[in-house]
Amino acid sequence: MPDTADFLRLEKLQVHFPIQGGLFDRVLGRPAGTVRAVDGIDLDVGRGEIVALVGESGSGKTTVGRVITKLAHPTGGRLLFEGHDMTSERGASALRPYRHRVQMIFQDAYQALNPRHTVFDIVAEPLRSLRLVKNDTQLAERVSEALASAGLNPPGDFFARFPHELSGGQRQRVVIAGALAVRPELIVADEPVSMLDVSIRSQILQVLVDLRDKHNMALLFITHDLPLAWLIADRIAVLYLGRLVEIGRADDITFNPRHPYTVALSNATPKVRVGVSHIDLPALEGEVPSAARIPKGCRFHPRCPMAIDRCRQEDPPAVEVGPQHMSACWRAGEVKARSELLGVARSSSVEPLERRLVSSLVKDRCRSSISAEAGVPDLPDPIRGP
Amino acid sequence: MTGSLQDKASLLEVDGLSVEYRLNGLSLRAIDDVSFALRAGEAIGLVGESGSGKTTTAMAIAGLLSPNARVSSGEVRYRGERLPIDDDAAMRPHRWSETSVVFQGAMNALNPVHRIIKQIAEPCRLKLGMSRGGATARARELLELVGIPADRGFAYPHELSGGMRQRVMIAMALACRPSIVIGDEPTTALDVIIQAQILKLLGELRSQLNLAVILITHDLSVVAEACDRVMIMYAGRIVEDGTVAEIFAQPKHPYTKLLIDSIPNPANGKKMIRPIPGDPPNLVNRPSGCAFHPRCPSAIGICATEFPSLDEFGQGRVACHLHRSSQEDKVAAHA
Repeated sequence: MPDTADFLRLEKLQVHFPIQGGLFDRVLGRPAGTVRAVDGIDLDVGRGEIVALVGESGSGKTTVGRVITKLAHPTGGRLLFEGHDMTSERGASALRPYRHRVQMIFQDAYQALNPRHTVFDIVAEPLRSLRLVKNDTQLAERVSEALASAGLNPPGDFFARFPHELSGGQRQRVVIAGALAVRPELIVADEPVSMLDVSIRSQILQVLVDLRDKHNMALLFITHDLPLAWLIADRIAVLYLGRLVEIGRADDITFNPRHPYTVALSNATPKVRVGVSHIDLPALEGEVPSAARIPKGCRFHPRCPMAIDRCRQEDPPAVEVGPQHMSACWRAGEVKARSELLGVARSSSVEPLERRLVSSLVKDRCRSSISAEAGVPDLPDPIRGP
Repeated sequence: MTGSLQDKASLLEVDGLSVEYRLNGLSLRAIDDVSFALRAGEAIGLVGESGSGKTTTAMAIAGLLSPNARVSSGEVRYRGERLPIDDDAAMRPHRWSETSVVFQGAMNALNPVHRIIKQIAEPCRLKLGMSRGGATARARELLELVGIPADRGFAYPHELSGGMRQRVMIAMALACRPSIVIGDEPTTALDVIIQAQILKLLGELRSQLNLAVILITHDLSVVAEACDRVMIMYAGRIVEDGTVAEIFAQPKHPYTKLLIDSIPNPANGKKMIRPIPGDPPNLVNRPSGCAFHPRCPSAIGICATEFPSLDEFGQGRVACHLHRSSQEDKVAAHA
């Protein structure tokens, strides 16, 4: 991905948190552990590109976002922005130019807004603290512009309002407007729609996509929802326990996954969205292990339905499995083979649900036309299959 | 409430239920004339946005309405008998033994200072009058039932993951062998893989114990996975009711259509974001006519003035002027 290299780049990024042992542990001289939240991630984001970072809780996706926005400090690896090493830049004044260009949208709009500030002050805050405006007229202009871009129209109506006077969707728009006010080139959005009602969700997604289209803004979209990632992103990076297990174009990850974990994620999404991948792997048992005790070998092997001995011993490197498509799995080739074998339905991926729906409608008609005494013909259950 | 739905086999019947909240001297109608029936072993999904009344409906059924709520009309019948849903004390014998609830925030619902086995055993002792030993044995049995090794019962809630805690909540809900379990967004706070595990568990328990389930959620796709029937609520009313298959194949209400379209679905192959315009309705200032008309892409003149009743349509029910057989001509004239 050569064209992306000059914007944002993470190289072998590592964030390890020490575990503070209790007094007892210290007295006994027990070694304190480390939580390896992010454990060697390479990722590029291009100018104007939307990259989705997908994973479960504990996968390290939020920590990656916090490193990029300089809210967390890496313990290893590098963070490069336009070729400049930002890894060890610290302090408000040193970071001011960077913060001007990279902004974050937080998940919980209820907590991200100061309840005692008006919408105007909330959105004006970054403009004031980064000293981007000369006078009040300019300030008002920039605030209006940001509110309008976030879909709060007419902006003047919202200036004097407090967060509690707004609906959930409007609050999330104010959070977005605060990030937009400085006209950033990259926004890190941490689950920006997961707290919102379904009908508001699409409105917010539309705002984010418009920003890219109109201002060529890049977006790192953090989510746990694979279909949502497919909808909004150009590329998807799948994280598991602090490591990228697969990265590629959104369509490739969705329709042609090459890592068993990606397959498991897409199989776990409720069945309205069938057709994502029909790879027949059993559902995952158990939960993500603690990042303080990362399994040896491939970190996914204890839950992986395809694990072999090699997976228990050796950590698989990310290898190219297609154009712009990397997977860290010893059996990536076989995931492909299986997907082609079992995913025959891929081209006709819409069919299974429709077939089930049609069969169920037929069943319903039969029910209504055949009297109750005659019984119901034995047709497969539409949702659970035969 | 009409015809086919008023089945003799109905376990639970909700009939014309309206609930109002008193708030700063205002009276807010949270649900308005809600009617439906639930059969034994059936799973219904109650879908709607915040403020649509889905939680109020479910809490009314369980007799768990907050003190400032008032049942202004209608009733709830369980096995044909009227439930005293606005009388907390009178509901006590019914609650948990017949109808139980799995709450959303398992961390807040569990007592942090008691081991989970004690918390599961407690309803068995209080409700079923079991001895300490008998209740503990029952609790171990329940833990195994929800897929937690019984020995983990000696853990405290903070030692369990979110998925495990939600399983504990389900075990507690099943303690007194209820016929109806109400799940209030039971998987909302969970990751997809854990969500799939919990939904699978609910499905297995349903068939194993012949449980009727009312699943409250804002996520239509969860309902598709776990329910037989869906009821879509908007501004305190049921706007559409039908089988899962029917609703997904042929949604009738424009709101249902928009909700389905807003689920990102790679199976369509098209990356399209179709926002539903406007904001969820304000219950203080309810729109005239059909509450959805200000946001509805297919609204016609009559929608702003006249309230659409919830009429039978095909296998289900729908409250929309565009789908009223008796008014078809009128609608055609308007269009």
